[in-house]
Amino acid sequence: MNSILLQIAAKYLKILFLSFAFIALIRGHNHPGGGFIGGLLAALYIVYNSLAFTSRQSKQQLKIRPEHYMGAGLTCALLSFLPGIFSGTTLMKGIWWSINTSLFGEIKLGTPLLFDIGVFLTVMGVTLLFLFTLSIKK
Amino acid sequence: MHIVLILYLTLAFALFLIPQKISKHTALIVAFVQLGVFLFLISQLSTISAGDAITLSIDWMPQLGLNLEFTLDGLSLVFSLLITFIGFLVFIYANTYMKSYPGTVKFYFYLTLFSGSMLGLVLSSNLILLFIFWELTSVLSFLLISFFNEKEQARKAAFQSLFVTGFGGLCLFAGIILIGSIAGSYSVTDWLDQAQLIRSDSKYLPALILILIGVFSKSAQFPFHFWLLGAMQAPTPVSAYLHSATMVKAGVFLLARLYPVLGSTPEWTQIVPVIGALTMLTGAYLAITQIDIKLILAYTTISALGILTLLLGIDTKLSVKAALVFLFVHAFYKAALFMLAGFITKLTGTRIIARFGGLIRSTPMGFIIMLIALLSMAGLPPMLGFIGKELIYEAKFASPWISSLLVVLGVTSNIFMVAVSFLLLFKVFLGKSKTSLYENNYSMLLFSPGILALLSLGFGLFPNLLTALIEPALSIIRADDIQINLKLWHGFNQVLFLSVFTVLMGILLFILIYKNKWIISGWQRLNNRLFAISFTWLFSAALDKFIAFSRRNTHFIQHGYNRYYIITIIIFTSLLLSFQLYMTRGWEISSSFTLRPFYISGIVAIISLSVLLSVFSKNGIFTVTAMAVTGYGISLIYLYYSAVDLAITQIIVETLMVVMFVLVLRRLPKFAKLSGQSTKIRDAIIALSFGGIMTLLSLKAISVDLNPTISSYFLDNSNLLAYGKNVVNVILVDFRALDTLGEITVLVIAALGVFTLLNTKKSKK
Repeated sequence: MNSILLQIAAKYLKILFLSFAFIALIRGHNHPGGGFIGGLLAALYIVYNSLAFTSRQSKQQLKIRPEHYMGAGLTCALLSFLPGIFSGTTLMKGIWWSINTSLFGEIKLGTPLLFDIGVFLTVMGVTLLFLFTLSIKK
Repeated sequence: MHIVLILYLTLAFALFLIPQKISKHTALIVAFVQLGVFLFLISQLSTISAGDAITLSIDWMPQLGLNLEFTLDGLSLVFSLLITFIGFLVFIYANTYMKSYPGTVKFYFYLTLFSGSMLGLVLSSNLILLFIFWELTSVLSFLLISFFNEKEQARKAAFQSLFVTGFGGLCLFAGIILIGSIAGSYSVTDWLDQAQLIRSDSKYLPALILILIGVFSKSAQFPFHFWLLGAMQAPTPVSAYLHSATMVKAGVFLLARLYPVLGSTPEWTQIVPVIGALTMLTGAYLAITQIDIKLILAYTTISALGILTLLLGIDTKLSVKAALVFLFVHAFYKAALFMLAGFITKLTGTRIIARFGGLIRSTPMGFIIMLIALLSMAGLPPMLGFIGKELIYEAKFASPWISSLLVVLGVTSNIFMVAVSFLLLFKVFLGKSKTSLYENNYSMLLFSPGILALLSLGFGLFPNLLTALIEPALSIIRADDIQINLKLWHGFNQVLFLSVFTVLMGILLFILIYKNKWIISGWQRLNNRLFAISFTWLFSAALDKFIAFSRRNTHFIQHGYNRYYIITIIIFTSLLLSFQLYMTRGWEISSSFTLRPFYISGIVAIISLSVLLSVFSKNGIFTVTAMAVTGYGISLIYLYYSAVDLAITQIIVETLMVVMFVLVLRRLPKFAKLSGQSTKIRDAIIALSFGGIMTLLSLKAISVDLNPTISSYFLDNSNLLAYGKNVVNVILVDFRALDTLGEITVLVIAALGVFTLLNTKKSKK
């Protein structure tokens, strides 16, 4: 498709989609959202972008290949299991650190968040790989 | 002792690090390590002769009865001395022999590992440990036979040997476990303590048969002997080392090791000698009509292994003594002959004996060595072979069972042996030379066989040097104190008369064959007629049939039609579910239906309508859109039940699905009427029944009362244990994180699958 309207909108929707995805990821632990939904939202933006331009163009804009997202995601998920061992408890035990910031108050960071980031990246990579393989003809 | 094994292991890997400059002499390094180990073992001889054994036990997996238990006693000393000494000679030989081939480092790597595993085999006194080394030697034998893997024959032979010895290994393992279950342990010492109990147990016979199958397959006994013939595809150092001097003796070693535990029963004395005698005769008889020098030697090896088995089966003091002496006899002459065969092949470029001849002029040294080795094989004085043969005859005479038959068989096969020896000597070295020779720069190859020939001669003249080695081994096997006396001259007796008879008949047979060419060719034809069904052929035919069978099977199950896969999955699932529903009276649904707000009914109506539309539509895009409407409708219902996460996910997934489907549709042909009326009806029935069952299942799920519910645990502990208020997310990333990891891994695999499938170029058509 080659629609100026969609292409211009893409620029603004990009911010909207990606911040939505990010918020979904961060708030996931306490409110609806999470890595799965966040990853899908991020992928949805690329899908929109490919409709507005072409899949080939949006793949070039993406810079990082979907396979690498998948790999990075799985690595994050696996890495999140490790702190549990080193802190004397079992594998995969959730470990939490709290950081006090003046701007947002107390922020809790934990291995489950890292795991969720892994899910986010994997889901995004998988969706994009589907998209690009199906839409780009060699 | 474990230090020695670790030494071999590290040495094997260190071979890859040897710099280019001295890599020409890699084999010599290993050879001298072998010599060092040999000298170390010799230095232990005084301890061993005193009747002590050096033992070592380290716990490895005591729960499984698998411990690192090693024993250096009389029996393992004899075998480990042979392994290291012949290993030393073989590596020296190989250093010259393998020079011109690529990949020698890999070759020495395998061969060093083999030496280590073989030592481990004879040293271990835990049967499971022994089995591990046993299998290692099989695998290394496979790798070494297929060393010239560009030859199809070599690959086939390697597979064959692996299959046969692997099959035997499994049987052996089963036998070991059976006996282990009687004795309650896998340690040889425990087995010895409970030998009486083991022999009287009802599981004794099956265990014995299983162990014997393992032993016979490894030691190339009839009817497993054929793999050894294929193994001649290996480079000659391997044939000399693995397939005549050491690995094929592993079975004999195990027979001797387990003799005090399993032996001396009627079953033992009936099965073992019969198989041994059969092998002895088959090998000797078939050796004489062969035309390939390595095959001749392989057949005589088979015959010799038969003799060893037979002697251990006869079950007398005398026979075990004869077996031990013959072990040395055979190791000395056969390894020498194999090495000479390799030397001659290098010289002439052929292995067919009819093309040799007159080599005495170009290599007189080779002739002398060959002469000594062959005299030992024929059992003529003053060689060690003569003493061995005398002892064997004596043992057969004294056999408590079928002694006269054994003597006849033994004399017959020895006649063949004598004839083969003379045939080899005359065909190779005497007469007219028939082929032009390659340049003779292989004289180093004569060093190792020369040493072995000297030993054959030396021990023949001074046989009492051997007694120090044999006595401790004999006392281990027979478990009583034995003085032995080896002599070259026994005086005039029955045995000497038989020897003279054997030699005369052998020479007569040889002259007959040598003078009249037609006899041997006629004989070959006769043998081909008689043994038309060769075991090798039978084996590969059975293998081919099996492969064809599984191919048909696979073709039936993996037909490649997606629709039939789906139909199979759905029908099978429906049958299982309906069976379960039937068994638990699942159709009785006891929940009361409550009235929902009117807009829920509206949503349900929309969903139903769009389902019908998607089924009956003729347009692809329309179907996809209608399906998406169904999905959105369902997500609204989720929202009504306040499952926000699910609703969001459902909406996004539906949206993505529409895009993906549209992308897929571009690649598909236009909607066409592909299925006829009857298939449509069939599909409708399948779909409706599956849907019906799923509906029933969902309705059932409401009324089933799980107590206590797991959901309440998650609800209660989500914030306490995992610091999260969103229970769905906490379950995904914390409580059930491993499941999630599995799911995202599956996603990745699926994506990679789609990626590769769609990017593969159509190679067919």
